Amino acid sequence: MNTIPVESGLLLAGILFVLGMISVLVRRNIIFMLISVEIMLNAAGLAFIVAGSRWVQPDGQVMFIFILTMAAAEVSVGLALILQIYHQLKTLDSDAANRMKG
Amino acid sequence: MKELLWLIPTLPFTGALLLILFGRKLPRFAVSLIGAGSVGLAALITILIGIDFNSSSENSFQQVLWTWIDVAGFKPQIALHLDALSLVFIFVITFVGFLIHVYSTEFMQDDEGYARFFTYLNLFVYSMLILVLADNLVLMYFGWEGVGLCSYLLIGFWYLEEKNGYAARKAFIITRIGDTAMAIGLFMLFKAFGTLHIQSILTQAPQTWTVGSEGAVMIAFLLLGGAMGKSAQLPLQTWLPDAMAGPSPVSALIHAATMVTAGVYLIARMHVVFELAPLAQMWVGIIGSLTLLLAGFSALTQFDLKRILAYSTISQIGYMFLALGVGAWSAAIFHFMIHAFFKALLFLAAGAVIHLLHHEHNIFKMGGLKNKLPAIYWTFLIGSASLAAIPFVTGGFYSKDAILWLSLAGEKGNVGFFLAALIGAFITSVYTFRMVFVTFFGTEKTHVSHPAGNRMTMPLIILAALSTFAGFIELPHSIAHVELFSDFLKPVLPAITLQEGAESKEWIVQSIAVVISLSGVYMAYYFYIKKPELSDQLKTSSIDFHNFWFSGWGFDKAYDTLFVKPFVFMATINKQDIIDKFYDELVKLADFLHRVFSWTQSGLLRWYMMGIVIGAILIVTLSLLVGN
Repeated sequence: MNTIPVESGLLLAGILFVLGMISVLVRRNIIFMLISVEIMLNAAGLAFIVAGSRWVQPDGQVMFIFILTMAAAEVSVGLALILQIYHQLKTLDSDAANRMKG
Repeated sequence: MKELLWLIPTLPFTGALLLILFGRKLPRFAVSLIGAGSVGLAALITILIGIDFNSSSENSFQQVLWTWIDVAGFKPQIALHLDALSLVFIFVITFVGFLIHVYSTEFMQDDEGYARFFTYLNLFVYSMLILVLADNLVLMYFGWEGVGLCSYLLIGFWYLEEKNGYAARKAFIITRIGDTAMAIGLFMLFKAFGTLHIQSILTQAPQTWTVGSEGAVMIAFLLLGGAMGKSAQLPLQTWLPDAMAGPSPVSALIHAATMVTAGVYLIARMHVVFELAPLAQMWVGIIGSLTLLLAGFSALTQFDLKRILAYSTISQIGYMFLALGVGAWSAAIFHFMIHAFFKALLFLAAGAVIHLLHHEHNIFKMGGLKNKLPAIYWTFLIGSASLAAIPFVTGGFYSKDAILWLSLAGEKGNVGFFLAALIGAFITSVYTFRMVFVTFFGTEKTHVSHPAGNRMTMPLIILAALSTFAGFIELPHSIAHVELFSDFLKPVLPAITLQEGAESKEWIVQSIAVVISLSGVYMAYYFYIKKPELSDQLKTSSIDFHNFWFSGWGFDKAYDTLFVKPFVFMATINKQDIIDKFYDELVKLADFLHRVFSWTQSGLLRWYMMGIVIGAILIVTLSLLVGN
């Protein structure tokens, strides 16, 4: 059985992470920012899986389950915040939510 | 009876406390009752204790009330020490103080600050009693500063006039110079003996120091500095003439009878230290004799009734210092007592005259009051006679004669001191009777508003009696062998030893003194009654001298150019506060940094993200670099 080499797996995870990061930085729509954060989380999870299979350890998959759980929690809080922001500001532009500036 | 000693200072203090709390709401009658009553009760207790003290064989009485501080061997107590010296002082303070309180109830009756006046006056009496009764120097210093505070408050009593506030500040600051010297002296005493308990110091000093040892001289000079400030002696005398801005009863009580003699008390109390420091003691005499001459000449030229008396007070305290300087301790205290009686009398009488003449201070605008105000005239005349030391019938003669005689014949006396005292005596009788003749004789120039009431004249009569008869308790040996006063003080203050073979010459000195004081009176009579035009001629022909003396020998001007102006100049150029500039810049820097950092709080989510990303990259890079 052909195994995917570790380097390719980590490269994919790295590309996904950077893509997610870039879109968090450039997007202004707050929902897209949330989706991008999810991508970054999954990239990190992928890196764990790859590492787990490299060393034939279950820890990588355990960590991924942790990340999934955390992501679910994060999304629920994030969506609630987005709803509130939309109620208050009537927009999803994250730059509009700058009232706390120094 | 002696156990009631603590009540003497407590009564006036309670009076002051009550007046502070309720003075505004109480009717005037109640205020007078509290103000004068508390001091009156204290005077009564003083007399009872005095009788008890005299009949008992003990020489001193201690009353420890409580321990004030107890730190590492430094343990000043709130404790009172009664002996002959403090008894004389508390008698004068409470008794004369009571008479002046009674007088004030009439003198101040139309004043808005009636309750405030009695508050301060009671507080003063309390502080002064603490000063003389304290058994350690810390408590004494407390009283010392207390009287200074009350003096300040009472000189500036009519604070709406700016010059009164100025006079009050001047008095406060100049006496503070002396107080600082005294405080340093107290520190050195504590360093030398490890205690500030007066009696312990007095017993230990002769064992620790030899005569003329450096420590003793140093401390004696510092204590003398304190005494000079409080007692308005050269060169710190300039505050007293200006202190006349206060009400007349204040001048009588604080600036004539009691507070200004605190310096005399201090030196007499610490006499052992001064005896161990002959140099300092000699300087006490020199300062005294210079002061009595300078102030006497200034008094000759004044025309403000109260300023004449102020200069005369400085001059008479000069006599007391002279007596202390030659070691005539009991003569100094005797003169203090008689002076307190007649000078309080003169100030009160002068206050009454000024009060009844619509606040006219200039004696050349008075005149002819002899028949209009007979009670005041006669009492003022008795007081003046005592001040001028008219022979045989006045108290002032006996007290001043003792000083004159001892300044020549005492062991430490010399001809210089004697001549200064003699010239001073002549000037004293000239300016005193100039004052009497100009004020009470001649033609009437200002109309008297109303006769003086009983509460004003009664204290005058009592004081007149005292200033006459109190002199008879200590007579010179050439007249009779009566020395009740110095016998009374003997347990506290050592008797003076005379130079050998001097005893027989006493009558010569006395006759000179008699001639001198009478010729002074005649000179005043000649210049101001017989040929009044002569005095004006003399004044115009020596106008420079006159102005020089009138301004108090230019001391005010000298201090103004030497100290006040440079200080004001420095204060003006430093208005921007050079040292503060550094801190201003620090503040500006902090403010700048604050603005920079608050600018980074932009509130933009993506901005923060960027911050996190850059931070993460930095940390990863650094860890890679360091890790390898």
